[in-house]
Amino acid sequence: MSLWRGLHIFGRFWWDFVVGDTPELALGVTVIVLGGWLLAKSSAALAVGLVPLGVILLLLGSLRRGARSG
Amino acid sequence: MTATVLVALSVFGACAVEMVEALTIVMAAGFTRGWRSAFEGAAAALVCLAILVAALGPALIHFVPINVLRLVVGSLLLALGLQWLRKALLRASGYKAKHDEDAIYRREVERLSAAPRSHAGRDATGFVISFKGVFLEGMEVVMIVLTLGLSSGRLLVSMAAAAAAVIVIGGIGIVVARQLSEVPENAMKLGVGLMLVTFGTFWAGEGAGISWPGADLALPGLLALYGAVALVAFTILGRGRGQAVKAGAA
Repeated sequence: MSLWRGLHIFGRFWWDFVVGDTPELALGVTVIVLGGWLLAKSSAALAVGLVPLGVILLLLGSLRRGARSG
Repeated sequence: MTATVLVALSVFGACAVEMVEALTIVMAAGFTRGWRSAFEGAAAALVCLAILVAALGPALIHFVPINVLRLVVGSLLLALGLQWLRKALLRASGYKAKHDEDAIYRREVERLSAAPRSHAGRDATGFVISFKGVFLEGMEVVMIVLTLGLSSGRLLVSMAAAAAAVIVIGGIGIVVARQLSEVPENAMKLGVGLMLVTFGTFWAGEGAGISWPGADLALPGLLALYGAVALVAFTILGRGRGQAVKAGAA
């Protein structure tokens, strides 16, 4: 029971830390990093430009969502 | 050199932001339940956090390959940095209520004053509230100290910057006591958010196999790019909020 509770608290901490109330950011970061990893294998120069661009688009999209709901 | 300064600034800023929040709780516990219990609770939490960093840091360096570490840590920093940046921009432009340390302080004081007091020795409530406040706020700092320190190979710089923030903000907190609302927390959160996103992009990229042009020199470039985007986003959000307020008033 206490082990289960400990695991629950541990999982909850990581969920709040990584996902929190912005699941789109966690999902977006996963997509960007995976995309960057795949791109780096074929075209490193493209990855250098596209990874920051993906981060910017993700931030702007999430801000738009936040402004609409706020 | 550039990376060292940016790592130190990021950790110092992140730690300072979390310290302000933790200190509000410690102050409330100190004023209502007695300073001895509040300080002991805070000190015990700081010791636990320091042990966590000292134990986890070397273990992670020893057992996890550096590229895997950078990929995972970079992704975590990116997610955390984007959360901070988003929150700070929405707060700065009025879409989200600002973190009100005075209101939090008043709420804590009310809650703690109502709790029954122990008659002799330490006050258990003051100790526990103070410990929990510092430990929970500090966990985020532990993650930032570890992730930034390990990815850059500057764990000692990272730990020293965190310790400096604890001393500086703790000292200011003790001197100004209840004036924690004066600390520009949102501006600090925005700055740290920008740096976390910068480091997150850089290390997640390196871990994924990207070679950034100019190596460490890419860091100021990324920081400037994200800073410019944040400025544009703030301007657009502020304009949108102004129009919404006008429309609501009309």
